[in-house]
This record gives sequence, C-alpha cells and structure tokens, in this order.
Amino acid sequence: MKKELRLMKGNEAVAEAAIRAGADGYFGYPITPQSEILEYLMEANPAETTGMVVLQAESEVAAINMVYGGAACGKKVMTSSSSPGISLKQEGITYIAGAELPCLIVNVVRGGPGLGTIQPAQSDYFQSVKGGGHGDYHLIVLAPASVQEMADFVDLSFELAFKYRNPVLMLSDGAIGQMMEKVYLSPQKERSKVFPDWATTGKPATRERNIITSLDLDPNGMEMHNHKLQAKYNEIREKEVRYEEFQCEDAEYLLVAYGTSARVCQKAVLLLREEGIKVGLLRPITLFPFPTKRINELAGQVKGILSVEMSAGQMVEDVLLAVNGKVPVKHFGRMGGIVTTPEEVVENLKSKIIGG
Amino acid sequence: MTEEIIIAGFGGQGVLSMGKIMAYSGVMQDMEVSWMPSYGPEMRGGTANVTVIISSERISSPVIRRFDTAIILNQQSLDKFESSIKPGGVLIYDSNGITRHPERKDIAIYRVDATEEAARMNSSKTFNMIVLGGFLKVKPIIKLENVIKGLKKSLPERYHNLIPMNEKALQRGIEIIQKV
Repeated sequence: MKKELRLMKGNEAVAEAAIRAGADGYFGYPITPQSEILEYLMEANPAETTGMVVLQAESEVAAINMVYGGAACGKKVMTSSSSPGISLKQEGITYIAGAELPCLIVNVVRGGPGLGTIQPAQSDYFQSVKGGGHGDYHLIVLAPASVQEMADFVDLSFELAFKYRNPVLMLSDGAIGQMMEKVYLSPQKERSKVFPDWATTGKPATRERNIITSLDLDPNGMEMHNHKLQAKYNEIREKEVRYEEFQCEDAEYLLVAYGTSARVCQKAVLLLREEGIKVGLLRPITLFPFPTKRINELAGQVKGILSVEMSAGQMVEDVLLAVNGKVPVKHFGRMGGIVTTPEEVVENLKSKIIGG
Repeated sequence: MTEEIIIAGFGGQGVLSMGKIMAYSGVMQDMEVSWMPSYGPEMRGGTANVTVIISSERISSPVIRRFDTAIILNQQSLDKFESSIKPGGVLIYDSNGITRHPERKDIAIYRVDATEEAARMNSSKTFNMIVLGGFLKVKPIIKLENVIKGLKKSLPERYHNLIPMNEKALQRGIEIIQKV
C-alpha cells in the first residue's frame, strides 16, 4: 500500500504514527515542547476509529502507572513527556523494566536541570541510557533525527518492546518535536486481538496464574532475575545496534552525534568538505545499545573524534569507552536550550581536534 | 538548489503561517522542506520567527544562523537578522514602523509595503500573503500555482472560500514589491 505524504511537526508525527501502529492506549500529561502529541491524539479521537484509548492523566506519575497497568495486560501502550516530566516518571519506568513489560516512552528533551527551559537540549542522555530510575536495568533507546523517524520509530519501538519485553524510549528533543518536515505515513495497522502468553488477561482453568511484579523478597530469586535481565541486555547489545554513517569512507576526522545535533553535524561535514577537510559523521540511532564496535573500528581510520551533543558532555563518555584511547576524543555542545550551529561545530573541530 | 529563509516579525502578523504555506508549496513542487519555528519565550513575548528551508536535496540542519533570504516585518527583527544574511543574499521588508532602514551594501534589498497595501485592500488578514507575493517575485523558486495548492492543503476546508482573496493579495505583492 502506498504511504501517505504529509507535512507535520515531529510531535504530530509521533501521535499519528501511534494510531497507525495500532496502539491500544496513550496516557500523558501536557508539558512544552511535546504537548502537541496529546493535543493531536485528543483531536484525532482514535477511540472512535481504532478504539485506541487517549487519556490525560492527573499527573506524570499517574500516566506512567497507567502505562504499567496497560502493559501488564499485554496492550500496546505509551506515554510521552519532556525532561522534568520524564524525571517524575522514573519510578514507574524502573518498575516496568523490572517487571519486563513492553511500552513506549517518548522524551522530547528540553534544557535542564530542574524546570530548566522549554528550548531543545540533549542533556538527558545519562538518564536515558544509564538508568534514570534505580536498579540494574536498561531501556532500549532510539534517537530520531527527523520527523520521518519520529513516525517510523513508533512502530519500531513497539516491535522491539514486545520482542524483548522491555520498555523502549524515544529520545527526541524540542527542535525535532516542533519542526515540520515531509513525512510518509504507514498504512493503518489493526489493533492486536491476541495477547502475549505472559499477559494478565484473566486466568483460565488451563494454565497457572500469570504474575507481573518487580518484587522478589528472596535475594536469590532476585539475583536470578537480574542474571536473566543482563542476558537480555547482552542479546540486545548483540542484535539491535543501529547507526547511520555520512561520508565516513575516506574520513580523516569523525563527528559523532545523534538527533538534532546529527543534523547540524551533517551540515558541518558539508561545510568542512568544501574547505577540503575530510570529515565524516557517525550518527547513533540506538543510544542503548551504543554502536561501540563501529566507533572503535572508525577510530582506527581517523585522526581524532569530536562528539557533539547539546549538553555539557554526556555521550562523549561512551565514545571515549568505545575509542579506548586510540585517538583523541573531545566534546562540543551548547547547553541550556541553545541549539549548536554548524559553524560552531566547524570551529570546534578545527580548534579541539585538528589543531589540538 | 537550496534556499534558506528566515521570516521574522510580531506575533499575529502571520509569520508562522506564511512559513507553513511556503513549506506546503515546496512539498507540492516535490521539494524537500523544513519549517522550524521559534516556540519559546520569543513567541510568548511578542516577536515570532520561523526558518524555512526549501531544497532539491535532503536537508541537513534545520537550525541555521545564516540565510539566503530574510523576510523582515518589524524593527526588532531587522536589527536582529540584517547581519545574518549571506553576502549576495536578499532582504525583503515592510517599511511600516521601521525607523532605521537596512544599511548593508552587499545584499539585494526589497521593500514590500504590505501593511499599507492590506489596509488599502481592506483585508488586513491577507497582509502576509502580500509579503509572500513579493518573495515569489524576487525568488521564483516556488510557483504561484503551487502556493495556491499549498494554501488549499494548509487551510481547513471551511476557510477555502478565502482562497480567492489570498490569491489577489499574492498578486498584489508581486506587483508592488520594489528594489531599494
């Protein structure tokens, strides 16, 4: 079936893609710069077409716990928020990860810390990939860099979430949420009528009870559960790494950036190449699992690497681990809601890496 | 071909919607487009701007600081963006309320007195379409017919009766824009 072309904001694309992916429920609470997700869904009112539930909860905490409940029943459920709201959701997120339930969480990141600002930032990287909540768990983290990916990754997120019984986080930012681009939308999927065998859908006489919990008072049992989780994360590291390379074939220097920064860096690559400087860009699409192996390989080819992120330097730690001392690695990025410009990336590659 | 445009003015002048219609027109012409609004404190404090990129290739950064064309609709925006136009670029402005006119010598400057013209036409709401008409004259990268198609796409159907009036405003803009 032919895909439908629209001009949409990133936030609207997430909402429309959720309906089309056959999601069963969205539970949210408004916060700039992602309120259009809830607004779009409310206006679209999919309850009347696909039967998808859209609900504005009384708080972020309530919304994530509604997701927990829906996910426990084997439903395709999601929530979205922006940085301060995502912080509020962390308790629920670690419970969902501990209980091994699939769901989608969308973070349209704004500048922090605290209430911060409503402008775009990427300073929630640590929170997204290193935990956020307590305990040894990982989310699968996808970083869309276009409105098209805001749409495409919704379906992909649900697919991965159910495949691994693991929450998936889409880590976007205010720029991608607010900008409009062309987007090709997938056809409407039916909402699933069959549920996974672990789902709490009512106990028939033919099987044992399904129990969804993140609690085990027996530490031996809890350690076993942790081993099982770690084995799953290792499988995800093995099979689900996604990245995109831009002009890396002959690159002598490398930029590493995701999301909006990756778009800015694409332009920087073009500007630098006009000057005859051979630069490539590696764009991680999955932040967990991180493209560690590929970055390590590229470190064998280039003279230095600049990690660009709208933060004080978070992802650069994973780049450093991947490079493992092979070549110099530096960070550049604006903070607090200021979007880095291509010209600034050009200057910083020159001063920190080429001349450094 | 890549055209990087900033449109800046007061909130309520139709800055964001002008950008949106440009972007839709680009889509109608099978081009790549991006539309990046100011949505922050600026929007709440009265001034609004939007960056529109129309390109025959995949668009890299939607956030840019240097522009091929600046469409400027108030003094604050002129002060802020005059220096961001690339040498050889284009500045289009409405002189209404402007006390310090643009000074650069290395860009082409055009005046489209749309506020005045809209008042004369007795339709202040088509102000932004007069400006857009001026842009089409200076930078014919999008065709008028595609702008009309873009208008149809971006306006809810209940407003389609307003399209002829907007078309008239576009035509007027094409006629009145003049090089400074």
